[in-house]
Amino acid sequence: MKYILLIYQDEKRWSAIDAGEQQKIYAEFGKLRERLVADGQYLDGSQLQLATTASNIRIRDGKEFVTDGPFAETHEQLGGYFLIEVNSATDAIAIAKQIPIARTGTVEVRALVDRAAEAHA
Amino acid sequence: MADAGQTLDRVFRDEYGRIIATLIRIGGSFDLAEEALQEAFASAAKHWKEDGPPQNPGAWLTTVGHRKLLDAIRREKTRTEKEPELQYEAERLQDSGETTLIDETAVYSDDRLCLVFTCCHPSLSREAQVALTLRTLGGLTTGEIARAFIMPEPTMAQRLVRAKSKIRLARIPYEVPALELLGERLVAVQAVLYLIFNEGYAATTGDNLVRTDLSAEAIRLTRVLCELMPHEPENFGLLALMLLQDSRRAARVNDRGELMILEEQDRSTWDHNKIEEGIRLVERVLGRGFVGNYQIQAAIAAVHAEARTAAETDWPQIVALYQELKRINGSPIVALNHAVAVAMSGDITCGLALIDKANAARRLEHYYLYHASRADLLRRLDRKREAMTAYQRAIALATNQVEQQYLRRRLLEVTETLQ
Repeated sequence: MKYILLIYQDEKRWSAIDAGEQQKIYAEFGKLRERLVADGQYLDGSQLQLATTASNIRIRDGKEFVTDGPFAETHEQLGGYFLIEVNSATDAIAIAKQIPIARTGTVEVRALVDRAAEAHA
Repeated sequence: MADAGQTLDRVFRDEYGRIIATLIRIGGSFDLAEEALQEAFASAAKHWKEDGPPQNPGAWLTTVGHRKLLDAIRREKTRTEKEPELQYEAERLQDSGETTLIDETAVYSDDRLCLVFTCCHPSLSREAQVALTLRTLGGLTTGEIARAFIMPEPTMAQRLVRAKSKIRLARIPYEVPALELLGERLVAVQAVLYLIFNEGYAATTGDNLVRTDLSAEAIRLTRVLCELMPHEPENFGLLALMLLQDSRRAARVNDRGELMILEEQDRSTWDHNKIEEGIRLVERVLGRGFVGNYQIQAAIAAVHAEARTAAETDWPQIVALYQELKRINGSPIVALNHAVAVAMSGDITCGLALIDKANAARRLEHYYLYHASRADLLRRLDRKREAMTAYQRAIALATNQVEQQYLRRRLLEVTETLQ
């Protein structure tokens, strides 16, 4: 089963952490990635640029709207993701718990819709 | 020999946008370009004082700015290459192609069009677009922009930093958009310039009705846009509209600082040079087929400008122009203006009915001019009590103190005739 782990956190809080502490967290991410690769569970993953660099696109009635965003009132922003291949949700959640941001932010675990499996069912 | 300081000031106003645009193209960084140009100006202040200004000051500054930029890029590369996570930033800095210094006599390409489209890119917020356009294309300092928008300087600085970092990190391109997108992107550029003009013409906050600098800056930048895109009639429509509105600047406020509406203005104080230029532009672009929003608004302003007294205003023609504008612009504000023109052409009852119709969807409920216009027509129809209520609504909604004063003056007049 494929799962995406979406990593949310308060960007202001992240920016406030000193550089040494950030390095430690990056190192933790690096180790986790190595483990997932070794276990054949890692498909993809990346950190994202700050949400202040995002653009939102909406098309309504054939009219395109490109706007700045997301809006400031959301407390946590999507900051990165892992795409993994594991046997069950239990395994995915176990991996999510190892993401360092789980201690300060939120990691959302979502199963991907598997069209191939649906076709066989 | 021209005075070095004066030359420097003039060159700064006229050439800043052009030079910064070139330096941004060469270096791929807004910040490094700004720093390099600042250093170049500092160097000019020193050298021109000693040796007198050079033959071609703009080219001199571009060349020196270019040299400073290359130095900065080298420094920056050394710094970023040491830190792995900054390495892609180093890739962004382009110094391969143009390391050789272009000599002072060379003709630099005009990159301002790329700059204006980048500053007004739709993924930047409108506030960021305005600030960035004034900062880079207009060469205004952060402090000047902050004062113009009555905002603390650190807040404005933060806004600019965010906008520039978004351009860098989200890779907003430095280019003139492709033809199929050009129309809609140009509309955004025009909207930014008109917003700057209006902020200067009818300041939305504070007790100063008019902030001249911003309007003058908007006119200057719109002239640049006309020069860069001479085949877009709407650019000229926008320029004409600004000039015609601006021609009435001195007449808008009397010597007691009170707002004078068009009808009450002393027309001898209108700026006839601006009127002439505006009318000439309107006549030129209206013959070109495509008729846009700004062109019609400019044509309306031209009709007003041509009337020697308020009574001589050709209202039927203004009604016809508003009808045309209503066809291409569904804004309730246009419908409101059309209604007022109908009333002015003599049919007050019909005008009032059209005003109410303009607000049928309640979209003008919080717009003070809706209530002010209604109040005015009710007063003329001698429906004084309703007029008073409408004036009170308008006063509550107006944010500009000068406009509030005007409305209070009117309210007082109605109240007095009632007793």
